[in-house]
Amino acid sequence: MKGNTRTRTAVAGAISAITILALAACGGGNDTGAGGGSTGDSGGGSGDSIRVGFSQLGAESGWRTANTESVKASLTKDAGFDLTFVDAQQKQENQIKALRDFVAQDVDVIAFSPVIETGWDEVLQEIKDSGIPVVLVDRTVDTTVDDPYVTWIGADFKQEGTTAGEWVKENAPDAKIFELQGTLGSGAQVDREAGFGDVVGDQIIGKASGNFTRAEGKTAVEAALQAYPDMTMIFTHNDDMGLGAIEAIEAAGKVPGKDIQIVSVDGVRDGLQALVDKKFNYVVECNPVFGDQLADLIKKVADGEDVPKETIVIDKAFDQTITQADVDARAY
Amino acid sequence: MSPTTAPGQRAAGPARGSRGADVWREVTHHGLFWPLLALVLLILACGVASPGFLDVTVRDGHLFGQLVDLMRNSATPLLLALGMCLVIATGGIDLSVGAVMAIALAVSLTYLDNAADPSAPGTVLTAVLLGLAVGGLGGMFNGAMVAGLGIQPFIATMILMVAGRGIAMLITQGQITTVTSPPFKSIGSGFVLGVPTPVVIAVVTFGLVVLLVRRTALGMFLESIGINREASRLAGVRSRRTTWTVYVIAGVLAGLAGLVYGAPTMAADANNIGLMKELDAIMVVVLGGTKLDGGRFYLGGLLVGAMLLSTLERAVIIFQLPSQTTPLFKALVLIAVCVAASPTLRAMLRGRRRADRSDAPAAPVETTPAQEVTA
Repeated sequence: MKGNTRTRTAVAGAISAITILALAACGGGNDTGAGGGSTGDSGGGSGDSIRVGFSQLGAESGWRTANTESVKASLTKDAGFDLTFVDAQQKQENQIKALRDFVAQDVDVIAFSPVIETGWDEVLQEIKDSGIPVVLVDRTVDTTVDDPYVTWIGADFKQEGTTAGEWVKENAPDAKIFELQGTLGSGAQVDREAGFGDVVGDQIIGKASGNFTRAEGKTAVEAALQAYPDMTMIFTHNDDMGLGAIEAIEAAGKVPGKDIQIVSVDGVRDGLQALVDKKFNYVVECNPVFGDQLADLIKKVADGEDVPKETIVIDKAFDQTITQADVDARAY
Repeated sequence: MSPTTAPGQRAAGPARGSRGADVWREVTHHGLFWPLLALVLLILACGVASPGFLDVTVRDGHLFGQLVDLMRNSATPLLLALGMCLVIATGGIDLSVGAVMAIALAVSLTYLDNAADPSAPGTVLTAVLLGLAVGGLGGMFNGAMVAGLGIQPFIATMILMVAGRGIAMLITQGQITTVTSPPFKSIGSGFVLGVPTPVVIAVVTFGLVVLLVRRTALGMFLESIGINREASRLAGVRSRRTTWTVYVIAGVLAGLAGLVYGAPTMAADANNIGLMKELDAIMVVVLGGTKLDGGRFYLGGLLVGAMLLSTLERAVIIFQLPSQTTPLFKALVLIAVCVAASPTLRAMLRGRRRADRSDAPAAPVETTPAQEVTA
């Protein structure tokens, strides 16, 4: 590639474009083959460890922090990985820069949790041209690039929404629900809303976004309590916004979990604590501790083994029968 | 320049006429008329859309109601805008206030997190002072860049805006630090004599700043620097030191805003605390009738601007509009206010725009009554 850029003149530009196209076609033909090839390279260079570039989207919630810790704890030197971890601080441009750096470093496998779904066409094409296999973590992408990644591991957001909806259908079929949406356009918001709406869509009386944060969840619920006085339940797309909702409900002189039930998705410790305290009514877990599953997957990808296109992380769900001991045992 | 010398004579002319039309013109020309009108209309519309919106009741010994929420939510933008307004008066701008919020909160909460007893009054006081000091430090840096090295304020403060979140991330080690400390929390969600603490903090701070700039010569110095830095220096105003001082004030106020904003949730979220708040603050300043060119500034207008901003955000939910439309709704109202308040447009509508009045755009701001200056 270096020689290519050096000789890139007006005329040679056309030739190199054709070369890149040919490379792209090659990469598209056998992703896993390309992955195997680059493992060979690193095997000759720096021992047997698999060089992984991981771009985390940021640290926007306790969930993300737990996920980061799990990834770092699993992709260790002892386990045979050489991990380059880059935090994108929730900015797509940071993430794209990190991905390009990974390509420049010629890592064996690139893993990343995209900040948002769109806008990845160019960089994914570059990665594909370089022949490095991509493992998508947690979130998905919407791209025009064919076959942009080898495999995806993460939770099934839609299923989480459906699970929450089914609990509502069974336990509170008359509830009038206000839906506290996550950051609009994020995979978790879109899919949880869709999954929940499929089951109990007709019970939803209003929606507003709280951007997945406590402060904005609180403000949104303050207003919603006024705008939708007959609301009896809040379905929140994550625990943090639900915790903000508790404060708004209590400030309004109502009892969270009783006057206004709260159904949440996530299962971070503070959220489960609220469940123990009977302020939340139901929490669908979105398990962040899947570093071990990710490590297995990356190993297989690096070895060129066939992997399933999707690996769903197993989620649990909790109701108020959860005990304090369960919460205290929580890793995050 | 002409905007400051002309107003006395020009404002005096029509006002003496004291006919109904003149009074009406006087009122609508006031920089605050349209924002205030928008605010009142918006609150009334919310009241119509959702009965009970205007009710303020006493619950558990403190005020409760949507209007109280609005005032509490206005505290943060007001604190930021206070500092921003002073900086803008000198012809500068401070883009770093949002990041400074994040740093101040990160420092305070990290200190509390490491303290033996995060609820001890002394510890909380230290944490608050630390947060404010860090805000001041950020302001000193900005001030040194702008006043000391003569770097363009936009660029100088952008350094901290970009790097600030990185600093906050370093302090929290990339985590969201959460602490439990009821006294600290009460800064954001408590009450003083039934009034939400953030409102009390914001109003007291507002009063102090008004006293500082209007009862001392500082306000006049700021305006003279904003109008002509070199001339004011030649006239004996220590423009460098004064400019540096307002950046420090803005930094401290931003730190305070960070504590007030972050205290209710007690979570130092370096990525999100204060995100885009610098733009909110600038918007509040402009809505309040202060021009970005520097020079004359109107602190009273900030109260209206801050309330309008938080009312806009709430109105979207009250009107049961989908959250996707929030930015659009905000934009439409703000465009309406700005267009209505545009002196050029008014002049065009009156059809009295003569060539010799080419400085007309400045006219309405000039007619802002003297009470603002002496208040």
